Parts: sequence; structure tokens; C-alpha cells
Amino acid sequence: MNILPGRGSRLLLALLPFVLIALIYVTQSAQRRAENPNDKLLPPVSEMVDAVKRVAFEPDRRSGEYVLWTDTAASLQRLALGLGIATLIGLTFGLAIGVLPFVSTTLAPLVGVLSMIPPMAVLPILFIVFGLGELSKVVLIIFGVAPCLVRDLAHAAGNLPHEQLVKAQTLGASTWQIAIRVVLPQIMPRLIESVRLMIGPAFLFLISAEAIAADVGLGYRIFLLRRYLAMDVILPYVAWITLLAFIMDWVLAKLARHYFSFAYTVERR
Amino acid sequence: MKRFKKLLIATGLTVVVAAVSLAGPLVSPAQAAKKKEFNIAWTIYVGWMPWPYAAESGIVKKWADKYGLTINVTQINDYVESINQYTAGKFDGVTVTNMDTLTIPAAGGVDTTAIIMGDFSNGNDGVVLKNAKTLADIKGRKVNMVELSVSHYLLTRGLATVKLKEKDIKVVNTSDADIVAAFKSPDSTAVVTWNPQLMEVKGEPKATPVFDSSKIPGEIQDLLVVNSETLKDNPDLGKALVGIWYETIALMEDKGDKGKAAREAMAKLSGTDLAGFEAQLKTTKMFYTPEDAVKFTSSAELSKVMDLVRTFCFEHNLLGEKVKSKDAIGIAFPSGQVLGDKKNVKMRYDVSYMKMAADKKL
Repeated sequence: MNILPGRGSRLLLALLPFVLIALIYVTQSAQRRAENPNDKLLPPVSEMVDAVKRVAFEPDRRSGEYVLWTDTAASLQRLALGLGIATLIGLTFGLAIGVLPFVSTTLAPLVGVLSMIPPMAVLPILFIVFGLGELSKVVLIIFGVAPCLVRDLAHAAGNLPHEQLVKAQTLGASTWQIAIRVVLPQIMPRLIESVRLMIGPAFLFLISAEAIAADVGLGYRIFLLRRYLAMDVILPYVAWITLLAFIMDWVLAKLARHYFSFAYTVERR
Repeated sequence: MKRFKKLLIATGLTVVVAAVSLAGPLVSPAQAAKKKEFNIAWTIYVGWMPWPYAAESGIVKKWADKYGLTINVTQINDYVESINQYTAGKFDGVTVTNMDTLTIPAAGGVDTTAIIMGDFSNGNDGVVLKNAKTLADIKGRKVNMVELSVSHYLLTRGLATVKLKEKDIKVVNTSDADIVAAFKSPDSTAVVTWNPQLMEVKGEPKATPVFDSSKIPGEIQDLLVVNSETLKDNPDLGKALVGIWYETIALMEDKGDKGKAAREAMAKLSGTDLAGFEAQLKTTKMFYTPEDAVKFTSSAELSKVMDLVRTFCFEHNLLGEKVKSKDAIGIAFPSGQVLGDKKNVKMRYDVSYMKMAADKKL
């Protein structure tokens, strides 16, 4: 465990699994093609490139839209709304539950129960209450993500050293001041970390909602094309979603390190 | 030390590359060869319920034993997934509609033969509107349905009868599992779906059925298809499957207690009760005898129907993005007639096995 990889070999080792997967894909695809020249399950890379060109840079034959971009815009809007509102709920309720015992006794059990409900199970109820439009999709993401964020942040706020809060009070801080000046800055890094972890689930709920009722979106396209096994478009879509999620994660990580560098002192050393 | 590391990495890479290139196919297409064990996939639909019943009651085993085969009948929860699995080669046969046979396995290059014409939808698929009297009222509405499915086909056929185009409506792709819940929401005012969901949807307040598949009889067929190569190498599979089928649906049709027990079991297997199941049977034109099925499949009408279906599929890009004409994929009929490219026949209607059942030669 004391042998560390050097700079060059580190990159090489990190790339190795990816290269391996790509190799397996290419050989498997070639084998299937050799047996059935029309095979759609594992299309060769060249066909996927063609498909990407078609969906990203050519207007669709029927609707005249650049499919990939309209899908991405619609999905990102839903995701941003869902994740954004969930983050706000997570922060405000988490803070309140963590700081105020009265709020905690009233709401903590409710949030605990809510966070255990599998959101997909209440989907028919969401449809009936929020309709079939954008709202129900955003609500599904909020419902899936917010309770976990609330719990996590309440926990983080509750875990601050009691002495700190007592000290702030002896120096004359009000509850509001303690919440905003003492607790909030200390749980912000935790909030960003939690949101980073929640990007995966948020995408899961987004794709599920779009699979069930939609006329545009990344999940909509994947589930529509599945009907005729157009893997040449589905696989690039999956890669694209992964890339989007990866970029979001990376941006949040950078933001956290920039604005709340105090939380990462250990890492820097 | 550095050298050693480099050497280590190089050897590692070589081993990996060698292993990958030597490894056999992980997802191999169905291997055509004489074999003894076969897998058939089915999904819940009134016209396909004889399959699980036959498996449960031992009819499958009886016929499989007769031909010295093992036939596994497996339920798949998701219809499209079952066809995709068949197309990928995981199953030798699957229960599927004529349209989906053309767009999924046949368009995917898997030569597929329909050996059993089970039934056609005679009201099992329908269009339901809220606050409306006729299909023409659909104009300008958002329509919830499984896009690019037989529902979509039914709708375009219906729209043509009232001089409307697809442009006049807005399609919202909606999962068949959630369509009942979707229709309960106030912003959903038009749906196209199939049974059993159709019965639920019709029962909603203010809902009016305005068009259904009984107006396009024979166009939505429910088949059992098998991989053509597998069938060619193992004709006994076809015989066993046809044998199983006609023995089971004879029981299904039976007016006495035996038939009632069979229908009750099928109803239970499909998650409904006897009354619900029989209501769905009423809107399904079952071909109870092999003679009827052979007659329908051999008729000249069938190629006209398939021409309508393939035109719809081509216009909606279902045959593939690169396909330039609806003739790209050949469809062969029992008469020997081929619709489309004779050199690329990927979908075949074959009555020879059903004929054996009719002639009692199984």
C-alpha cells in the first residue's frame, strides 16, 4: 500500500478499465455483425457517430428540430428546477430542524418517514394531483431528492459542537444570527457534497418520469427508440447523460473547494 | 524499478487484449443448429394467456416430450422488452403483434416466421376521449398513448377516416402501465390504449370510446413467431408449439366446466377475474380452429393489411433511419407472394404447421 503510482502510470491505470470496456464492446459488436449484418443490439462505433450527427446536427425529418439539443434543453430544465427546489427545501428545512428543537420534534419523524417512501411507488398519485405536464416530473425529482437532503443537513447541523453554539450565545448572538452566521456556513460544504451525491438519483427520477409520459426529453427519446431497438442512438444518449452528470458533479466539486475552502484543509495537505 | 513497472504494464495490457479478442461472444445471437431445448417468451394479453396455462397444466410438457424436446415458457413483464430479448437471441420464440414483428426483429435483421395466427384485435384496442362525441373531436388535443405502438397505428387509421392528419394532434408518449392513472388526471383528455387498460379507461366519468380496432378488423394480429433459422433446423419445434396451442385453445373455447376452469385459470394468470377475461375475449377474434387460422393467413387480404402496416412503419422511421423505401424488408406470404425486397425477406407467414394441426398430422 506504500507503492504509489507515478504521474504517467496513474493516467494509464485510470484509462485502462475504459480501454478494456471499449475493446470488449468493439469485438463483441464485430462478432454480432459478422453473423447478422443488420444487427441492432451492438452497433459499430461508425454507426453511432452517424447517428449522433443525425440527431445533433441535422433537423429531424418530421418535426424539423435538432433532436439532441431540444431533448437536452427540456431535460436539463426539469432537472435544474427539481434539483434546485430540492436543494432549497433541503437547506431551509435541514437548518431549521438542526437548530430549532421545536421544529425538529415536529418535522423530523415526518421527514424520516417521507424519505423512506419509494417515489416511483406514488407515481400514479403524483399524476392525479400534479397532472401529466412538466410539474409532475419536477415534483417527482423533488420528492425523491429533498427528504434525503433535509435529513442529511439536519444531521450535519445537529452535529456541530454544542460548545460553539453556547459560545455564540454568550457573545450575544440571537437564534437567527446563530443559524445564519454560525451554522449555515458550516453546513454549506455538506450541502454541496450531498447534492453531488444526489445528481445520480435525480437523473434516475427524471428519466423515469420522462419514460412514463412525455413528448420531449432525454429519457423520452431513449424509451421511444427502445421500441425499435435503435441502440445506435440510445448508446450515445447514455454516454451524453453520463457526461452531463459528470460535468455537474465536477462543477459542484470545484465550487465547494472555491467558496468553502476551510472544509477541505485536510485534502490540501 | 521503472523498467520493471513498464514491463508489468505492458504485459498486463497484452494479456487483456489477448483475453478480449479470444473471448467468445457474450451476447450471442440464437445459434442455429439442431438442439433440444427451446425458450419461448410471453407477455400478458388476453390472446396469449393460453401459453402460461398450457405450461401450468402440463400441455407444454406433453407435446415437448412427444417430440423429445424441452420447451421453457417464460413470462416477461414488459412487452417491448420481451421482443427485444427475442431479437437479441435470448429466446427462440415470442408472442408479438404483426406490426412489432416487422419493426423489431425483422427490421433488426432477425429472420422471423409467424407459425401461429392466434387472433386479431376486434375492439381490444381503442381511442377514448373525454367530453366528446366523435373521433373528429380529437383535433388539437394532446393524446396519451404508447408512441409508435399498435395504438399509434390504430389512431392514424382512425384519423384518416375523419380526414385528420397526425399534425392535428399532439402525441404524448405514455407508458401502458400508467395510462389509466394518466387518464384520471384532468389534463389528459384523449387516450389510445389496449385491454385490460382500455376497459378501465372507458369506465372513467365523461369518457366516450370513439374508435376501436373492430373498425379495422384483421389489421392488428397477435402471433407466435419463432426464429426462422431455428425453425428450419428444428421443424419439430414448430409441430410441438402448434400442438400445444390448439389443444389449449380447444379447452379455452369449451362451453362446459372444463372450459370454464381453463378460462378461470387464464383470467387469474392475467390478473383479472373470469368476467373481466370473458369481456376481453369478446373483443378478440380468436381463431379457435387451425382451419380458420389457415384460411385467414392464406387470404389475399393479408398482404393488403401488411402493406398498410409497413407504410405506417416506414413513414414513422420504424424500419430504421437509413431505410429509403418501404420495400426494404421483404414479407413472405403462404401463397409465395413477397411484399417488398425478395432478397431480404425477414418476416414470413407460414401456415404449414397450422395445416398439420388441421389435417391431424401432428
